[in-house]
Amino acid sequence: MTGSLAIEASGLRKSYGDVVALDGIDLCAPQGTVLGLLGPNGAGKTTAVRILTTLLPPDGGSAHVAGLDVVREAARLRAHIGLAGQYAAVDESLTGKENLEMVGRLYHLGRARSRARAQDLLARFDLLEAGDRLARTYSGGMRRRLDLAAALVAEPEVLFLDEPTTGLDPRSRLGMWATIEDCVAAGTTVLLTTQYLDEADRLADRIAVIDRGRAIAEGTPDELKDRVGGEWLEIALEDRSDADTAIAALADLGDGRPTCEEGLLRVPVARRRGVIAESVRRLDEAQVAIDDVTVRRPTLDDVFMVLTGHAAEEEGTEERGREEALA
Amino acid sequence: MTALRYAASDTAVLVQRNLLRIPRAPDLLISFTVQPIMFVLLFAYVFGGAIDTPGFDYVDFLMPGIIAQTMSFGGFVTALSLADDMKKGLIDRFRSLPMARSAVLAGRTLADVVTNMLSLAIMVTVGLIIGFSFDASAIEIAAGVGLMLLFGFAFSWIFALFGLIASSPESAQALGFVIIFPITFISSAFVPVESMPDGLQWFAEANPFSVVVDAMRALWLDAPAGNSIWGAIAWSAGITAVAAPLAVSRYRRAVTA
Repeated sequence: MTGSLAIEASGLRKSYGDVVALDGIDLCAPQGTVLGLLGPNGAGKTTAVRILTTLLPPDGGSAHVAGLDVVREAARLRAHIGLAGQYAAVDESLTGKENLEMVGRLYHLGRARSRARAQDLLARFDLLEAGDRLARTYSGGMRRRLDLAAALVAEPEVLFLDEPTTGLDPRSRLGMWATIEDCVAAGTTVLLTTQYLDEADRLADRIAVIDRGRAIAEGTPDELKDRVGGEWLEIALEDRSDADTAIAALADLGDGRPTCEEGLLRVPVARRRGVIAESVRRLDEAQVAIDDVTVRRPTLDDVFMVLTGHAAEEEGTEERGREEALA
Repeated sequence: MTALRYAASDTAVLVQRNLLRIPRAPDLLISFTVQPIMFVLLFAYVFGGAIDTPGFDYVDFLMPGIIAQTMSFGGFVTALSLADDMKKGLIDRFRSLPMARSAVLAGRTLADVVTNMLSLAIMVTVGLIIGFSFDASAIEIAAGVGLMLLFGFAFSWIFALFGLIASSPESAQALGFVIIFPITFISSAFVPVESMPDGLQWFAEANPFSVVVDAMRALWLDAPAGNSIWGAIAWSAGITAVAAPLAVSRYRRAVTA
């Protein structure tokens, strides 16, 4: 029935008291692909992950993961999934190795295989040297890697990653992305939630944009970016009265007509190569003085502005507060 | 059968986890070792001279009471640890694993039995040093140890429930203190019940804690048993039979906020 879909959800609903966390959401991910759930805090991403990982029963709708019903076949399903949550859920009073061995035993891999898997994963996640140290001595990035390693102990068919890089420094974040890409290359289906457009762009085959418990857009990262628009060059003019001269000078530089508001020039650009230098050169020739030049990429806020007409964060913060209060 | 075997092995894995943690957390180790010694000495020497216990030396009177109180609080660690696991997202992880639904809690409460054994051995040793003496056969002494561990196990399930209900380790601690602490004091554990005002006396006599302490005095000091031994076993079994299913059902629905 589910064919080659590793994740298939239809009409999922969940409320906490009066607060609607999921308002009839449909999701699907073919085997071996990465589905990104993109949305602000409180949009319902974590609730969706909890339902799909059998932690919460939905109020309505149905979902299958790895061909198993998340409610009726929950006990069997748990052997086929791995979950790495927002919290880096590792026991800080155990060593990295003990953490992984414990999880292996709880997946019923047996003592010897649990030990072997722990050793493999520590090596793969660059934790071999730290393996015999207590997890409480680990850095944030190491904890996340250990958490992800724990989710992979039983080589799950479907891996759920709830905001895997939130709170990590940029370097750890890049490392985490590379690690996730390795898992995908090995054939694992991944459902990933994130607040960052660049993260979804880099990792996901398809993205579902979630807002207030609904999927408001769905598609490949390129399809989504086409709807939002690509990058643009932002140039601050020293003198606002130069606006028309500047627009004329840069008219054929990008792929759209430049606009100018209050001395801030925006030039849509599809390909960045050389445009910064070229724009500076042309403005210099036209004798337009500038304060600043930056390349701007669409953010989650831009996606939300285009798709919903409202900003992501203010709405999200409030909803998260309510969700936490009631959860 | 397989399900039962998995439940047993899952529980064993978690008992091991909980015991591994203890030597690495000095504050925990102190609460199992130094604290019981401190309580025995404080009660024996600070209150001992002021409390009249007809028929017994105060040290003899005290030991069953202070041990029973320590056993009932052994489960404190369970409340703290579960609240902490909840906060850190570990309960989410455990619940997403194909493990028995009872294992996390049983692993916790059984680890308490092990640490209770340690505290019990330390307290009896200290008691013997400061003048406590058994008036009992080896079988009665062993039966007393068994009863104490059973009683501690029952209370561990109450603490498990507290740990899952509480919103943080701090509130789990507060909940435990406010509810359990008075119950242990309004009993025959530290003073003869007859010395209390009427209302309290009524409560103290009905208190399961008094029943258990009286049973311990019957087993270890040859005091009149009455129905206290069977009563103590029944209370321990009854508390477990109510608190354990409640805690497991709470666990099945627990998610990190």
